[in-house]
Amino acid sequence: MINFISDAAIITKRQLLQLSRVPELLLFSTIQPIMFVLLFRYVFGGSIDTGQPGGYVQLLMPGIFVQTVAFTLAGTAVGLAADMQKGLIDRFRSLPISRSAVVIGRTLGDGALNIVVLTAMGVAGFAVGWRPTSSLFEVFLGFVFLLVFGFAMSWIGVLIGLSVREERVATNATFIVVFPLTFLSNAFAPTTGMPRPLQYVAEWNPVSTMVAACRQLFGLENQFGATAGSFPSENPLQMSVIYMILIMAIFIPLSIRKYNNAAKK
Amino acid sequence: MKAVIAENLVKTYNKGTVKALDGLNLDVEEGTVLGVLGPNGAGKTTTVRILATLLSPDSGSATVAGIDVLKHPDEVRKLIGLSGQYAAVDETLTGWDNLIMFGRLYHLSAKETKQRAIELLEQFALSDAAKRPIKTYSGGMRRRLDLAASLIIRPKVLFLDEPTTGLDPRGRQDMWGVIDDLVKGGVTLLLTTQYLEEADHLADEIAVIDHGKVIARGTSDTLKKQVGGERLEIVVENEHMDSVKEIVARVSGSAINVDEGLRQVSAPVTTGSKALIEAAKMLDEKGIHPLDIGLKRPSLDDVFLSLTGHVAEEKKDEEVSVSKGRRRGK
Repeated sequence: MINFISDAAIITKRQLLQLSRVPELLLFSTIQPIMFVLLFRYVFGGSIDTGQPGGYVQLLMPGIFVQTVAFTLAGTAVGLAADMQKGLIDRFRSLPISRSAVVIGRTLGDGALNIVVLTAMGVAGFAVGWRPTSSLFEVFLGFVFLLVFGFAMSWIGVLIGLSVREERVATNATFIVVFPLTFLSNAFAPTTGMPRPLQYVAEWNPVSTMVAACRQLFGLENQFGATAGSFPSENPLQMSVIYMILIMAIFIPLSIRKYNNAAKK
Repeated sequence: MKAVIAENLVKTYNKGTVKALDGLNLDVEEGTVLGVLGPNGAGKTTTVRILATLLSPDSGSATVAGIDVLKHPDEVRKLIGLSGQYAAVDETLTGWDNLIMFGRLYHLSAKETKQRAIELLEQFALSDAAKRPIKTYSGGMRRRLDLAASLIIRPKVLFLDEPTTGLDPRGRQDMWGVIDDLVKGGVTLLLTTQYLEEADHLADEIAVIDHGKVIARGTSDTLKKQVGGERLEIVVENEHMDSVKEIVARVSGSAINVDEGLRQVSAPVTTGSKALIEAAKMLDEKGIHPLDIGLKRPSLDDVFLSLTGHVAEEKKDEEVSVSKGRRRGK
C-alpha cells in the first residue's frame, strides 16, 4: 500500500516535472480557457438576454468551468496515447510497481493541473464581471465539484488513450467525445431552444447537471436551461454526484484492466 | 543453471489468424548471451514481451531466474531489465530525471537512486548530457539512456529487443561497446536482432527463429559449419569469365557458383589460403588481374538462407530498418 501511494506519487511528480521543463504546456493549457471566457463574454454576451442580474457572464462562467474540466478527458487520453506510442507504458509495465499506480498517478496529475487552470479562469472571470453571490463555502464546494468531475472525466480519457494507442488519433477521438458533450448541454445556451429529442439528451447530459449544480452553488437561480419538471434539472446537485460516482465506478475498473492488458494487440 | 527457459510458447493475434509464436523453445545459460536472430515478424519481440511479463502466451510456459513468468510476474519484474525497440523514456524530461524516476519506481532509496544514476550516466558517457531533455539527444544517446534505465536495479537477466535497430553505424558501434562491457560484467542477456553480424559479434549462442519457431541453435561457428566451410570468390572483367570459371573449378574440385551480374565466380574450398594462393598464381600465369579475389567465410546471411530456404527479408508492414545497404542473403 505504501509502495502503491509512492509509485502513484512518482508518476504524478513526473507530470509536474514535465510542466516545469516545458512551461509552455502550462501556459497554453491556461490561456485557452481564458480565451474562451473572453470570447464568449464579449462575442455572445452582448446578444444574449438572460434576464439574470449581472448578465450573461454569471451563467457563462459555470458553463466554461465545466467545459474546461470536461476537457481533462482529452489531456489524459492524449498523454497516455503518447506514452503508449513511445513504449513508455511497456517500460512501466515491466517494473515491479502496482498495476494501477501509473494510471492513478496520471489522473491525479491531470487533476492537479485543473487546480491551476480553474484558478486562472476564476481570476479572469472576476475581471470581466463574474460575481458569485453565494457563501464562500458554497463557492468552494462548487470548485470541489469541478475538480472531482474533471477527475472522473479523466478516467474516461484513460480508457480512450490506452485504446487508440496513438497520439493523433487520441486528439481526434476525444474531440468527437467532448465537443458534443459540452455543447449538447445548457452550458452556453438554453436547452429550450433545441429540438425536443435533443432537449432530453441535454437535460440528462452530465455536463448540464454539472453546470446547473455549479450555477446553484455560485448563487444563481437555475432558470437558464432547466426544462421544468425533469429530475436532472430539478436536482442538479444530487444528479451530478450520482454521475460522478457512476463514471468513476465504471471507468476506473475498466481503465485499470485496460492498462494491465495494454500490450495485448 | 538456466537463467531463462521458454517452453512451447504459442501466441496468436487477431483471433488466431496470425500466429506469432508456434511452439517456441529456448533457454539461456546463466551468465551467457543468447542472440535471437530472425527477420521482422519472426516472433522475436513477442518472445521478449512474454518473457518480460508484458504479454501472456496462449499456451506454453516460461521461467526467468527460476521464477515462473506467468504465475509470479511481480517477482520476475524485480529481477529483469528491458530495453530496446519497445521500451522507452520520457522525452520531455532530462536524462537525470528519467533515471531518478525509474530508480524510485524500482523502490530504491533516494540515496541509492542518485548514486546509481551518477554511475550509469558515467558508464554510458552521458554525464554531460544528464541535465538536458532527452528530446535533444541523438538516437544513439537515447538508446544508451534507455539501456541505463533498465540497468538501475542491476538486473539478473537483461532483455534487449533490437538494441541497434535504427541506429547509424557509429551509434551501433557505440552500443556494441556498451553491451560488450555489460557482458564482461557477467549479466545474463537475451538479445534479439535482425542483424546477422550483430548476433555474431555479441552472442555466445545464437537461436535462429522464423515463423515463431527456433529453426537452428548453436554457436556462430557451428551454424556456419552447417552451411559449409570457406569459399573462394573471384570477380573479374567479363572477357575473363570463362578462364576464371575453369580456374575456380580446378582449385575447388566442387561445383562452382557463377553470378554473371556481379561477374563473380565462387566455389567451396577446403585448403584455405593455399587454395587462394594457387588461384592467384593461375590467374597471374594467364595475365588476368582480378577485380576482387578472396576467401569468404560464410556469413550468417548464408546460414539463414540455407536454413530457411528464403532470404532474411523484412515484412513490408513492419518498421523499416536503417541498414538497407547491407548485403542480404547473397
